[in-house]
Amino acid sequence: MSTLVWIVVPYFCIGVFIGGHIWRWRHDQFGWTTHTSQILENRLLRLGSPLFHLGAFGVIGGHAMGLLVPASLTEAVGVSEHTYHLVSVTGGVATGVMLVAGLSLLIARRFVSGRIRRVTTTMDKVLYAALAAMVALGMSGTVVINLFGEGYDYRETLAVWFRQIFYLQPDPSLMADAPLVFQLHAIGGFLFLAMWPFTRLVHVWSAPLAYLWRPYVVYRGRRGPAPAPQPAPSAVRTVSAARPSGRPSVRPAVQPSDQPDRPTVKA
Amino acid sequence: MRIRAQVAMVMNLDKCIGCHTCSVTCKQTWTNREGTEYVWFNNVETKPGIGYPKHYEDQERWKGGWKLDGKGRLVLRSGGRLSRLGKIFANPDLPTIDDYYEPATFDKDILVSAPGGLTDTPVKKPWSKLTGEPMSIEWGANWEDSLGGDTMDQDPNLRGLADKVKFEFEKTFMFHLPRICEHCLNPACVSACPSGAMYKREEDGIVLVDQDRCRGWRMCVSACPYKKVYVNHATGKAEKCTFCFPRIEAGQPTICSETCVGRLRYLGILWYDEDAVLAAATVPEEELLDAQRGVFLDPFDPAVQQAARDAGHPEEWIEAAMASPVWKLISEYRIALPLHPEYRTLPMVWYVPPLSPVLDAAGAAGRDDTDADDIFHTIEDLRIPVEYLASLFTAGDTAVAGGVLMKLAAMRAYMRARTLDGTVANELLDGIGMTAGQVEAMYRLLAIAKYDERYVIPAAHAKTAAALEDLGGCSLDGEGGPGMGGGPVPVILSTRRP
Repeated sequence: MSTLVWIVVPYFCIGVFIGGHIWRWRHDQFGWTTHTSQILENRLLRLGSPLFHLGAFGVIGGHAMGLLVPASLTEAVGVSEHTYHLVSVTGGVATGVMLVAGLSLLIARRFVSGRIRRVTTTMDKVLYAALAAMVALGMSGTVVINLFGEGYDYRETLAVWFRQIFYLQPDPSLMADAPLVFQLHAIGGFLFLAMWPFTRLVHVWSAPLAYLWRPYVVYRGRRGPAPAPQPAPSAVRTVSAARPSGRPSVRPAVQPSDQPDRPTVKA
Repeated sequence: MRIRAQVAMVMNLDKCIGCHTCSVTCKQTWTNREGTEYVWFNNVETKPGIGYPKHYEDQERWKGGWKLDGKGRLVLRSGGRLSRLGKIFANPDLPTIDDYYEPATFDKDILVSAPGGLTDTPVKKPWSKLTGEPMSIEWGANWEDSLGGDTMDQDPNLRGLADKVKFEFEKTFMFHLPRICEHCLNPACVSACPSGAMYKREEDGIVLVDQDRCRGWRMCVSACPYKKVYVNHATGKAEKCTFCFPRIEAGQPTICSETCVGRLRYLGILWYDEDAVLAAATVPEEELLDAQRGVFLDPFDPAVQQAARDAGHPEEWIEAAMASPVWKLISEYRIALPLHPEYRTLPMVWYVPPLSPVLDAAGAAGRDDTDADDIFHTIEDLRIPVEYLASLFTAGDTAVAGGVLMKLAAMRAYMRARTLDGTVANELLDGIGMTAGQVEAMYRLLAIAKYDERYVIPAAHAKTAAALEDLGGCSLDGEGGPGMGGGPVPVILSTRRP
C-alpha cells in the first residue's frame, strides 16, 4: 500500500504531467491560452487575479525552498532551525493569505457573475476545486500544525522523500509517520500535477518573458502556398456578357478545395 | 531602404449613407460565431459621437497608441515592456463588454406560437447572449446612429470645441465614419503582444493574429487606439479584421468594399520604406501627416521600381502600384487623410473628409451651398466643422483639413461650370494648384470610377505560387511541419459553454 501511494502514484503523475504537456502542445495550440474573462467581469478580477498570481509565486517559491534545499545545507550556511522556521512560517502565511484571498475572489467571481458562470467549463470547476483543496490542506499544515500546533519538521522526512523521487530511489517509510494533512497535501500535489496539462494552467509555460527583448513590430512571411489567382472581374464580365443565357457577372466562387490550408492563421 | 508593399484603403466619406451593409456582410463573413457576438471588424459610426466601443478615442482613458516621452522617444502610451508584464494579471486599460454592448437575441418564436384570440400583440423579448437571461437593451454597436444617441456632446474630438458647437438639431452637422482595422505601418497592437502572436505580413502589410500562438494576454486590445482588436470570449484568443486576406490574395476586394452600396471604398497597394517608419512616427505632431506621406514611395520612380524588382516583387505588383487609386488619393491629389495621425501608428486606411458638414453649415448660415466662393468663405469663417474634421484627420491642423475641403469644393464648382455652362473655371484651378486634367481625373475617380478602377489588387501572388510549385511541393509540408500534411491534427480540448 505504501509503495503504491508513495512510489507508484508520484511516478505515474510525473509521467502524465510530462506526457500530457507534450501531447497538448502538439495537438492543442489553439486551446493553449489563459482563457481570459476580464472582458466579461473586471471588478473582482482586478483585485483577485494579481493577489492570486503573486501569492502563487510566493507559495511556489516557498515550496521550492522547503522541498529542494536540504536542511543540512541551510545549517551549513549558518541558518538556525529557529530562524528557518520563523521565515518559512511567516512567508508561508503571508503568501498563503494572498493566495487564499485571491482564489476566494476568483471563485466568488465564478458564482456571482452570470456571465462568468456561463463560460466556466467543467475543467475549470475541477481545477478550482482542486486548487481550493490543495490550498486548504497546505494552509492547515502551515497554520494549524506549524504555527499553532506542536509543529512538524517536514524537512527531515517529506522533503527527503520528495528529493529521493528525483534520484529514483524513494523510501516510502519516510512518509509513513507524517501527519495526515501533510500526507494528503503531498499526494494531492502529485495528482494536481497530473491534472495540470489538461487545464488552463498550461499558460504558465507561456509566460511571455521573450517580450522583454524582442523587437516591437513582428514581421512574418506568409506560410504555405498562395491561392490560385481568380479571374479579373472585367474578364468575367466579358465572358458572362458573351454567354447566350446572359446571366450577369456571377464571379466563380472559390472552391473549398482551392483554399490552401493555412493552419497558422485562423482568424 | 527596405521596400515593402502594403494593401491600403481609402474611404470617401461624402458618399457614405450609413447603410451598414459593409458591417453586416463583414459580420456574416467573419464574426457570426459564439464568442464574437459583440465583435464588428467593420462598424459604421455617426460623428460627432462617442463611437464603438464607447469613447474609444479617449486615449487618456484607454492608453492606446504611441506617444513621445520626455526625451522625444517613441513609447507605447500604455507603458514599456516591464510595466506591461507587470500588468499582465489584470490589464487596467482593458474595456469590458459593457463598453461595447451586451449582445442579445430575441425569442422570435413567440410571434408564431402565441395562442390566437389575444387582445395584446405578442412581443418578442430580448435575451442576453452572455447570461442567457432576459435583459433590457441599453446600448449597441450603432446606438448613436444619425445622432440618435444623445451623446454627441461627449465626443472626445469636441474637447475645447463643445461650447462652440450648436447641438440644436437643425444647426448641427453629422456624417458617417466606417471603420475597420487600420493595418498600421507601426502597429501598437503588434508591439504590445507579449507572446509575439500578432504580426504584420511581409507580402502585403496585413496585420493578423496567429490563433495558435495567441495566449490570451489581451494587451493588444488596450494598445490599439482604434479598438479594433477584440477578445473572443469563447476561445480566449484575440481576433481582428483580416483585411479579408483570402480574398485579397485571390485578387478580390475585401467583403466590405465589394458590398459597399455607396462605392466609396478604394483599394490598392502602396510601396513604402520599412526603414523610414520609425522616424516618421517620431516627428512632432504637426509634421506627422507629411512624414507618413514621405514613407510612401513613388510607384512611377524608376529607382523605386527597380528596388521593388530587386526585392523580388513581381512585375504585376509594380504595375498595380502605378494604377493604385490609393496612391492617387493620398499622394497625388492629396485629398485623403489618415484617421487620428496623432496616435503615431501610421494607419493605412485613409479618408477623404466629407464636405457635407461645410455645405450644411453654409446652408444654415444662409449661403449658397452650390457657390464656390460661399463655400470657401464658410470653410474660412465657420470654424466648427473644419476644426472638428481637423481633430479627426490632421491632429488639429485646420489649414490642411481646410485645404482638402477647398479642393473638393473647387472640384465641384469646376465640374458644375463645365457641365452646365460649358466654361472652364481657371481661377478655381489656380486656387487649389491643380491642373484641369488632374481635377477631371480626380472627379472621375471620386464620382464614377468603376469596379476595376476602385479596386486595383494585383492578381495574387501568382509568381510566388508558381515558384513554390517548382520546389516540388510545400517545403513546410514535412512531419510536424505547419504545412498541409504530416503535422498533428489540431484538437480543441476545452470547448467553452454547452
